[in-house]
Amino acid sequence: MTVHFSVLIVVVPLLSSFLVFAFGLFQRRVCFPATVAALAACLVFSAGSFRTVLTTGRPVHYHLGGWAPPWGIEYVVDYLNGLVLTAIAIVSLLAAIYARTLVAREIPAAKHPPFYALFLLQVTGLFGMTVTGDMFNLYVLLEIASFSAYALIGMGEGAAPFAAFRYMIFGTLGACSYLLGVGYLYISTGSLNMADLRQILVPIYFSQALMVGLAFLLLGIAVKMAFFPVHLWLPDSYTLAPSCVSVLLAPLFTKVGAYVMIRVLFTVFDPSFSITLLPVTTVIGWVAVAGILFSSIMALAQGDLKRMLCYLIVTEGGYIGVGIGAGNRPGLTGSIFHLLNDMFMMGLLFMAVGAIQAHFRTRTISGLTGLHRSMPVTAAALVVGGLSVIGVPPLCGFFSKWYLILGAIEARQWFFAGALLLGSLLNAVLFFRIFERCYFEAPHDPAHRKREAGVKADRMAMGELIPMALMAVLVILLGLFSGYIVQHAIAHAIPPGV
Amino acid sequence: MTHSPLPLIAVLFPLLGAVLVLATGARRANLRELCTMLASAGQFAAVLSMLPRVIRGQTLTCTMLPLGPGLALELRVDPFGMIFALLSSFLWIVVSVYSIGYMRSLQEHAQTRFYFCFAMALAGASGVALSGNLITLYMFYEILTVATFPLVAHKETPEAIRAARKYLVYLLGGAVVVLFAIAATYCLTGSLDFVAGGFVGGSGSADLLRVIFAAFIIGFGTKAAIMPLHEWLPSAMVAPTPVSALLHAVAVVKAGVFCCLRVILYVYGPGTLADLALWTTLAGVVSCTVIVANLFALTQDNLKRRLAFSTINNLAVIILGASLLTHESVRGALLHLPFHGFMKITLFMCAGSIFVVAKKELVSELDGIGRRMPVTMAAFTVGAAGLVGIPPVCGFLSKWYLCLGALEAGEILFLSVFLASALLDAAYFFPIVFSAFFKPEQENPGAGVKEAPVAVAAPLAVTALLCLSLFMYPDGMFRFYTLGDLAVKSLFGGR
Repeated sequence: MTVHFSVLIVVVPLLSSFLVFAFGLFQRRVCFPATVAALAACLVFSAGSFRTVLTTGRPVHYHLGGWAPPWGIEYVVDYLNGLVLTAIAIVSLLAAIYARTLVAREIPAAKHPPFYALFLLQVTGLFGMTVTGDMFNLYVLLEIASFSAYALIGMGEGAAPFAAFRYMIFGTLGACSYLLGVGYLYISTGSLNMADLRQILVPIYFSQALMVGLAFLLLGIAVKMAFFPVHLWLPDSYTLAPSCVSVLLAPLFTKVGAYVMIRVLFTVFDPSFSITLLPVTTVIGWVAVAGILFSSIMALAQGDLKRMLCYLIVTEGGYIGVGIGAGNRPGLTGSIFHLLNDMFMMGLLFMAVGAIQAHFRTRTISGLTGLHRSMPVTAAALVVGGLSVIGVPPLCGFFSKWYLILGAIEARQWFFAGALLLGSLLNAVLFFRIFERCYFEAPHDPAHRKREAGVKADRMAMGELIPMALMAVLVILLGLFSGYIVQHAIAHAIPPGV
Repeated sequence: MTHSPLPLIAVLFPLLGAVLVLATGARRANLRELCTMLASAGQFAAVLSMLPRVIRGQTLTCTMLPLGPGLALELRVDPFGMIFALLSSFLWIVVSVYSIGYMRSLQEHAQTRFYFCFAMALAGASGVALSGNLITLYMFYEILTVATFPLVAHKETPEAIRAARKYLVYLLGGAVVVLFAIAATYCLTGSLDFVAGGFVGGSGSADLLRVIFAAFIIGFGTKAAIMPLHEWLPSAMVAPTPVSALLHAVAVVKAGVFCCLRVILYVYGPGTLADLALWTTLAGVVSCTVIVANLFALTQDNLKRRLAFSTINNLAVIILGASLLTHESVRGALLHLPFHGFMKITLFMCAGSIFVVAKKELVSELDGIGRRMPVTMAAFTVGAAGLVGIPPVCGFLSKWYLCLGALEAGEILFLSVFLASALLDAAYFFPIVFSAFFKPEQENPGAGVKEAPVAVAAPLAVTALLCLSLFMYPDGMFRFYTLGDLAVKSLFGGR
């Protein structure tokens, strides 16, 4: 049974998405439990296959339909994507449970079956992109994920359909670029299997077609992971998306994109190629530095809490880029660890913002006055998430930043280290401004008190509170046990040759 | 090296206290205050129980969690850390009693948050004291910084919020610089564990080591309010008086000085600093702070601001003592760290007591207050005399060793800095004492004795008496002298 886990991760949510849609048309109540059950099964599959990797110390290979690679499609679970898969499974499960009450608020009842179907399809795409060992299969799953994302975002408020359309234009350009890159690789080598490509590519590292191909690949991935300066689609679409959608998309999609970038740069191509032969990683690092500064400042300029978090996603992508740019073990440890941490931090923050929007009926930072009294747990969750993003130990955000800084210093890239540190400071300004609003009420100002007394929060459902609290606990635990995660998993996930 | 859970227990007590404070909440205020008291007493007991073993020369360690090669979250108790742990955990008990009296007399708002953050800050401070390496130290240092922010902003007036923002910008900015220094140290040496006498010597080029040292001192020096990075401290005086006591005597700036000394003595070490020719620069910079802070203090009319500049002066005195790198000056610095804590907390509690009873904050309003509040002003006199360095108050002892150290180093210049500082201390403290006791009261003279509530007056009387007894028995209950001696021996080799 366990041998099939790696394929079941994709098959189960894919099939259940169709089933949820079909049965949901007759009986809407089955949608939610079926979705949760499918995602829980995915958690078992991904944790199970990751456990196999941890105990045997070797990657798990699965050949689809029994066709051996390089002809057939291969699914591979190794240390790197085992971690990512497990994290996706946890975050998407918690997001689904959390989303239930919000779906009832934000999505008209008739659209519940397609919503849950798209939700599962989205997760299918994310799992597939992570688990596949085939460049073209990755493209297919990327498009499954993207198209379900366009549809989900389009369900949002106000200008959401337009934002989704804009996202689709950008996303399709990115996908085309990726596909072109795959085409170049296929013409040069005749293979699409990642492990196979790694062998075949070595003798033709200096071919210009290959370099053009790599450039197309990276451009496509950069669009999909909202890497500065091709992040333009992200703030609008994630802000206007319904909360029940952004809580799934925002933490996961861009991070899976970052995972694909690491995968392509360090396992499809040899690290020696990406780091030394062509200074690809250094270029990425410098662009990331610019991205961190730009998006941190843009985040500072936002009055809308959710929009601010969207810019923060771009910043966090920049951090991952800086680690790649350092191109050494600590830097890459930081990138991989930050990729994981960020899923949980952003999941937590988007859950908090979703709850605030639903129950406190505001999304602006200036409207948060008195939040700590009406919604103490949410306010505390916001503090935990914010402190982690700033990088206050012992929360997880600190430890990934620590490795990133070590990497930058070891590479003697002082500007990278400076950008990381400056980014933390800017994030601190960002979040303490919010904490002030949440906790300080200017009690001596009667006008303020009167206004604030008018805002009463609805009671939050347990289904929202518990996933949020769990996420906060995970953010703390990931930090405290970072040593174990780095030593037992990430240390092996770094491709040899870095 | 002995493994022991005691250091962890000492750090967990305030954390547990913080959780319990939050759980009990404002509706059960008496129970909430009991939690604070129990946590502080428990922490002090845990720290005190480690004392005999540290005196015997054992080093207690407790590895909490591994982080990576050569790196772990680890607590380790050495004599130097013990000094700070004893100071902060004992003063927490005193301040807890005092703040219960103070906050209730003034009917302050958001008291649950206040006690929660106070306990978290103490967890941070004791963690800083007991950390075994730089990364653990940094973790607790950040917890302390963040936990103190709501305390500074406690009044939630625009002024308080502005002060809190300033506090945060300065301290987080400093922390970021420190983080760079720590990461660079780890890259150079592959280790972050404190070693008496330092561990970075010879691991990198002299220039790089100098840059890293500067980053350490700028970063930690922000918290220790070394000029010109001191601006946040006088502004933070808007906070309630127990918070000022926390900032000045128990935790915050003391943690800054403690970290500076850790870097000077346990990361770089006397030998390396002498080789790099860094100590003269450092001593010069802090000497300027010593003198300029005192000149500023002379001009302040607000009592708490005057005390704040006196703190800046004394912190610089401690760092100056350590940077002279002689036996006696380091001994003086190690003694001045706790002694200044006792004296300054007395003075702050006096200032708060005057505010609770008479609602007065300005020095110029204090004429004749000594007749109305004899206990408070007597305690104030003791604290002031100690900071000037007059026997029989403990401040004399530490200043004596500092002066001896300057002579040992053959630095007449720095000796005169110590002496001039004492003179200036007298110039801004004694007029207060004089006008309090010998000038007639301006409004309703002869109103009779009206002291502060017992919960406010008792703690300051206790610390004033301790200041006196620490002069008579510097080795009394806390064994500060022995601990200082052990630390000096481990740093310089036995003598």
